[in-house]
Amino acid sequence: MASRDFCKMISRSTPGPGDGGNTGSWRVMRPIIDLHKCIPVKTQKMACFNCWLYCPDCVVTKTIPPTIDLQYCKGCGICAEECPADAIEMVDEGSLIVKEK
Amino acid sequence: MYIIESGNVAAATGVKLSRAQVVAAYPITPQTPLTEKLSEFVESGQLDAQYIPVESEHSAMAVCIAASTAGARAFTATSANGLLYMNEQLHWAVGARLPVVMCVANRGIGAPWTVWNDHQDSMSQRDVGWIQLYANDHQQIIDSVIKAFRLAQTVSIPVMVCYDGYLLSHTYMPFEQPEQSLVDAFLPPFSPRHFLNPEEPGNFNTVTLPDIRPGVDGNMEPGYMEIRHNLQEDLRASLEVYAAIDSEFKEEFGRGGTPFVEEYRCEDAEFAVVCIGSLSYQLRDVVDVMRDEGIRIGVMGVQMYRPFPDEVIAKALAGKKCVIVFEKALSYGNQGPLYGDIKSTMYSRDAAPHIHNYIVGLGGREIKTQQLLEALRESCSAPESFNDTPRWIGLKL
Repeated sequence: MASRDFCKMISRSTPGPGDGGNTGSWRVMRPIIDLHKCIPVKTQKMACFNCWLYCPDCVVTKTIPPTIDLQYCKGCGICAEECPADAIEMVDEGSLIVKEK
Repeated sequence: MYIIESGNVAAATGVKLSRAQVVAAYPITPQTPLTEKLSEFVESGQLDAQYIPVESEHSAMAVCIAASTAGARAFTATSANGLLYMNEQLHWAVGARLPVVMCVANRGIGAPWTVWNDHQDSMSQRDVGWIQLYANDHQQIIDSVIKAFRLAQTVSIPVMVCYDGYLLSHTYMPFEQPEQSLVDAFLPPFSPRHFLNPEEPGNFNTVTLPDIRPGVDGNMEPGYMEIRHNLQEDLRASLEVYAAIDSEFKEEFGRGGTPFVEEYRCEDAEFAVVCIGSLSYQLRDVVDVMRDEGIRIGVMGVQMYRPFPDEVIAKALAGKKCVIVFEKALSYGNQGPLYGDIKSTMYSRDAAPHIHNYIVGLGGREIKTQQLLEALRESCSAPESFNDTPRWIGLKL
């Protein structure tokens, strides 16, 4: 029988940061956290973290202050929607690029 | 040991001897007695498997995909609209390279509703990527099921074993039931290359980007196109693998030796009839009659349809004056699918024959031997006078 190495390729990847590709490049709206409104920052307690809990891509950290990994954040806006203190604003990436220039 | 049983029981017995570990199926005529028999085997302890009743064929294939991903030997069976209902999952099973085996008791497709035999169901799945085997009698059904499991796990591609609904599924014929010990030796335990393994976590078949890209470990991962190319190459290489499996089967069990096409009185034939399934055995009688009349004619049954054994078919048909293709399926708006495949295979060859196409027996319309004889006499008397339009046999307009 043929000694061919069958099934050399399937879609199988190792779980880890970025295993879905550089998804940050998909983002058109960027979440910006207003630290004056953010509950854990204001109370200095490990409280709330709805942004961390609801983020479908696990790019928000459960830290004080929470941080967002923009390399993988797709900009879906779920964190802004779920934040009970209205501390996260979705800002047009285009306007940020103009500012960064 | 020889037993006299139905084609569906032949298939179920093949699955039992192959020690399938997970069976998930939804009953549909004419496949139903096969799944009933398998549930009996499981219930009575003759087959050590999980029998999972499901609410649809889509779920049946989803269960087989899950079981196969976990490393189990999985089986299902269906017919007609049930096969079409699992279409999306068929694509998934082959793209994920899972060695699922499925029997299809061939039946026409509604609308209008029909439960009788033709080949439109499995023919409509020919481009999915599954390997397709067609059996001509009960012995070939049980043998093909055993060979299908071996082939599927060797090449990591799912295999469909098709046989004519009612004509084979519900008729009774004697066939030999191989010894379990011989089947065990022929079909070793299943150990897939990729399976769900907590020791080695992995993401399977998640979004695969158009281009290749580095994985989290820095190694380049193939893109969608590379994975699909690999499937195509493996499918083409499966022809050689199946020939080897079939010849090993013949050594062990004394049957087989015609993995791709089964020829009858073709060696010196000027005219060759080509078809799929049990019709090829009915045509042997017609060939005998015409031989007695002095017409050099033979019949060839195609037993593996995908991957298409083009080289074998080209060799068998080269130099014939005329090839007559009988089909129980149609690529609507064009011609019979087998006719189209044979024509494209012969196009670039030397000594390409004239090729005729007849459509027969759709929705179980009885195919009378006399009708086949008349059609063949017409084809043989005027090989050059046919065009690409298929002629319908037994049509009452």
